[in-house]
Formats: sequence, structure tokens, C-alpha cells
Amino acid sequence: MWKFIHKLASPPHFYGLAARMVPWFVLPGLFLVAYGTYAGLFLAPMDYQQGDAFRIIYVHVPSAYLSMMTYMIMAISAGIGLIWRIKLAHAVAAAAAPIGAWFTFLALATGSIWGKPMWGTWWEWGDPRLTSELILLFLYFGYMALRGAIDDTVKADKSSAVLALVGAVNVPIIHFSVEWWSSLHQGPTLIKKGGPAMDTAMLYPLLAMILGFTLLFGALLLRRVRAEVLFRERRTRWVKDLILSGRSA
Amino acid sequence: MESLSMGGYGPYVWTCFMLTAVVFIICEWRARLRQRRVYRDIEVRIKALGDTQ
Repeated sequence: MWKFIHKLASPPHFYGLAARMVPWFVLPGLFLVAYGTYAGLFLAPMDYQQGDAFRIIYVHVPSAYLSMMTYMIMAISAGIGLIWRIKLAHAVAAAAAPIGAWFTFLALATGSIWGKPMWGTWWEWGDPRLTSELILLFLYFGYMALRGAIDDTVKADKSSAVLALVGAVNVPIIHFSVEWWSSLHQGPTLIKKGGPAMDTAMLYPLLAMILGFTLLFGALLLRRVRAEVLFRERRTRWVKDLILSGRSA
Repeated sequence: MESLSMGGYGPYVWTCFMLTAVVFIICEWRARLRQRRVYRDIEVRIKALGDTQ
């Protein structure tokens, strides 16, 4: 087991492996998203309260889930890098941040667009779910700004890892905010006692979208980590050999 | 036409789906751009080192 982890954490091994893995994420990811989009827009029945506006759920929920999951990946990777000094873990954390920021922006934007016809407002500052999700976006920005402000990679890794770990406390706050406080945002629909509170005709496209988004996120993360590994290892022999061999980027 | 208007919610729904597509395209484009830039920078550096040796 340790031998496998040790081999996986080796930058040259990971660089080659990630390139081979990307298509295995992209193809099923695109298929699931295509199915989820078609079924969500045209096959799922209309919601009896929200009408067709509920169809925004098919992009909003996967984005919101990925915004939180990406932060957890970033924080766990940063923690692993900090404790066990695994360089690849810091590379994963650094690569995850911009993707997480984009998904958080998407969750906020689609949520806001959904909020206008349902709540009558684009934004409500007093709402705990909205505000804590916005804090998540600022945490991503802070993490990236901190990394960018420090030239020394080792120092940048350590400082940003501490910020990532401290900020992780916000993730359960986002998740449970609708249960802990009064919120405009609806309560949990998927993960709740007694199972999902949705008809299967609505549920299956949503699950397909969540899985599809996750796979496409995986492909994006692998691409970003490859670039990060290449940058960090730019002075090493294997990178020089790779470039001189003329293999494509 | 009915499926496009979505009972008046069409502009909200379609905007969200289009925005999602745009974000995915940006993420993919930026990931590729970053990889290409890093690769090219290393290539230039190796070439420069080779020229001086």
C-alpha cells in the first residue's frame, strides 16, 4: 500500500499517469452531462411549486456540491503536504483552487438567477447559505492571492496550507446553514433522513449531472495538476528529458 | 417554442445552462493554456542554457 502511494506521489509517475487518465474522466463525464441536461430540461416533469424554474437545480446543485468538495480536496491535500511534506499534495491543492473558485462563482450566479423568480430578489445578505457560500469564494481568492504573493514555492505552500485548513471550517457551515438557521434557501433535498425528497424522474438526471460534473472536474484537476507538477519540477532531469524528447505538452 | 419559454422562466433557466457551459469552457481553456505556457517556458530555458554552453 505504502509502496503504491509512494509511487503515485512521484512527480514523473503521476505526470504520465494523469495524462492517460484524463480521457477516462472526460468521455463518461460528457456522456452523463449530455444525458442529464437533456433529461433535466425536457424529460423531467415540472415542479408543482416552482414550475420550470426548478430545472436550474441541474446545474446549481452540482456546482454548489463541487464548490465545497473542491475546497475539502484542497484543504486535505494542503494538510497532507504540510504534515507529510509530499510535494504532489501541495500541487493538488494549488491546482484545485482556481477550479473551486469557478464552481463557487457558478453556484452563486445560478443560485442568484434562481432566486430572482422564486424569492423576488437576486441576493439576500442576511441569508446564511448565500453569505457562507460567498465567504467560500473569498477563501479561494485569499488562498490564490497568498500563493501568488510569495515567490518561494515552499513558503507559499506552507502559508497557503494553513489558510486552506483554517478555511475548511466554513464547509460544514455552508452545508448545515439551512438546518441551523432560518434561511430563504430550501432545506436538504438529496441527503436527508428517509432518502431523497424527489421523484425518480427528477432525481436520476440530477444524479447524472452530479456524477458527470464530478468526472469533468476530475479531468480539469488532472490537467491542472500536470501543469503544476511540470512547473515545480522544471529544473529536474526528468522534465528536461521530457522536453528534449519532444513529447507533446 | 413552448419548451424554450418554460412557462416564462426560460431566460433564467437557459442563462444558467449557458453560463455553466461557459465556465466549463473557460476552465478547460485555462488548464490547457497553463500547461502550454509552462511547457514553452521550460523549452525556452533549456534552449537558452544549451546556447550558452
